[in-house]
Amino acid sequence: MKLAVCIYEGPYNHAASDSAYNFIQAAVQKGHEIKGIFFYHDGVYNVTKLMEPPQDDRHIANRWSALGATGIDIVVCIAAAKRRGIVDDVLVPNVRISGLGQLTMMAIEADRLVVFGD
Amino acid sequence: MAEDIKKIMFTVRKPPHGTIYVYEGLEVKLIMAAYDADISVVFMDDGVFAVKKGQDTKALGIKGFEATYGALVDYEITKVFVDRQSMEERGMTEEDLLVIGEDEDTEEPIKPQVVDSDEIAAMMAEQHNILAF
Repeated sequence: MKLAVCIYEGPYNHAASDSAYNFIQAAVQKGHEIKGIFFYHDGVYNVTKLMEPPQDDRHIANRWSALGATGIDIVVCIAAAKRRGIVDDVLVPNVRISGLGQLTMMAIEADRLVVFGD
Repeated sequence: MAEDIKKIMFTVRKPPHGTIYVYEGLEVKLIMAAYDADISVVFMDDGVFAVKKGQDTKALGIKGFEATYGALVDYEITKVFVDRQSMEERGMTEEDLLVIGEDEDTEEPIKPQVVDSDEIAAMMAEQHNILAF
């Protein structure tokens, strides 16, 4: 199945990011295709390289970046990002900033758009 | 081809103010309306407050967006529904709903359509994807 994932919540504060990550790992393992991952609302905070969590904790931004390195398209909403001070310069590698049109394409092309957040 | 156009539904279930979900959700609707997709919007639960007329956000110190909801028809978003039960539970009637545009020919004001939960369920079952805000 072709899946797209949209994440609404920021890292650490909310389980949405972790749940989405685990969901994607499991889906890929099962052979599903991930059409894209879209960060919206406070979700845009998930991929800033400025985060520096304690060393014995997961590094959420690096984790997403590593997933991006496998070829999965990871998109940060530009409108939501600008509002929150997230710009290209602070992003981890393998993610990109783009518009809501990308979410639209994911919603159209994916068999299921799975949203994580409140 | 028309049959290839995907049905995408937005549900608005949160109150309009207090968090940014509904406002940023509105931005998604306006963008998606520009694409080849069959868009519908359903207001339910506390989301019905988003289509209540006479919202005044001045005292909150935030930019309101009632005017944008009042122009949904201009963005060619015409399939706009309100869950009757959610509305009634919150003491709202059809009278309280804001106008979302006007009919091109008759210039009659258009309001969201009040529907029952089972109608919403039937519409949901037809969707390609649903986005909740």
